[in-house]
Amino acid sequence: MAETILTNTGPGAGRLPGWRGIAADWASDQRAFKNVSWGKAMMWIFLLSDTFIFSCFLLSYMTARMSTTVPWPNPSEVFALNLGGKHIPLILIAIMTFVLISSSGTMAMAVNFGYRRDRVRTAILMLVTAAFGATFVSMQAFEWTKLIMEGVRPWSNPWGAAQFGSSFFMITGFHGTHVTIGVIFLIAIARKVWRGDFDVGRRGFFTSRRGYYEIVEITGLYWHFVDLVWVFIFAFFYLW
Amino acid sequence: MTNATVQMEGQLQDHVHDAVAPAAAHAKGQQHPIKLYLVVWAWLFVLSTCSYLVDYFGLQGSLRWSLILLFMMLKAGLIVAVFMHMAWERLALAYAILLPPVAVLVFVSIMVLESEYTHFLRVMFFATPA
Repeated sequence: MAETILTNTGPGAGRLPGWRGIAADWASDQRAFKNVSWGKAMMWIFLLSDTFIFSCFLLSYMTARMSTTVPWPNPSEVFALNLGGKHIPLILIAIMTFVLISSSGTMAMAVNFGYRRDRVRTAILMLVTAAFGATFVSMQAFEWTKLIMEGVRPWSNPWGAAQFGSSFFMITGFHGTHVTIGVIFLIAIARKVWRGDFDVGRRGFFTSRRGYYEIVEITGLYWHFVDLVWVFIFAFFYLW
Repeated sequence: MTNATVQMEGQLQDHVHDAVAPAAAHAKGQQHPIKLYLVVWAWLFVLSTCSYLVDYFGLQGSLRWSLILLFMMLKAGLIVAVFMHMAWERLALAYAILLPPVAVLVFVSIMVLESEYTHFLRVMFFATPA
């Protein structure tokens, strides 16, 4: 497939301002996303569909929590930890949040260095991002272990509404899976960056296409999305 | 790629017509100063701390919920706009991605009605006095 030449990859320069520009871009037999490559557009569309998946999870959690007559367990207490003899509410979740945000920060910088063709810095920052992600998943594994030891099951728990367990395992489990896949994705791309695949135009093993540093940004889109989903889980499941 | 193009903030091209764009086309991809990412990173830390403090100080009621939602939306906005570069994408893409999730809000309102009804039925017919 011939790569379409991207003209004006700058900012949102439409031919017409506002809604008229959107209509002009979408109308007639032409390419809708003018300065966006197919890879990036497809990642965005995938993320949109993933948004709906997580929305449905959070919605079913909302429905379960609103319709139950049994009190909902207090997440602030459930996820509290005793650190240094002090009882701190929700501290593990707060640390996990900071770890994930930091991973997003390093990822954003990796994208930047990728476009500057600084492949060593890009690869290192991507690996740091992957390390943060792995840390996050480990902390989640610790959290799951702790809750299971305390008797939380998808069908019951010691503190209140039975749906707490099923919502918790479903939502955080699916998010943790996304993080894990992201870590694998990051390591795979970081290896290619490190090897200089995108400098010499080496063909990929699966698609036989030449890669470009844009794949770093596409990986980054996925990674930031994982962070974005956590923002909503943190607000609705842990804080609410 | 030269440092000049690296430093170039995309906005400068905003009014460049498509036809003359190839001159700038070699500035491929998103180029923004690192400082921007560090500032956003810091803000995300501040906002996360704020939302954690909402829980830590045990704020309750509508104050708690409005603060949680406020910090959540600010964080989500920063991540999408800056980290995911949506602020610099063409409107045709931004609207195609950002508008459909609004439908989720319709779904939310439907399920709120539904779960209130279910709760009502459970209280009426099944609930044991607490």
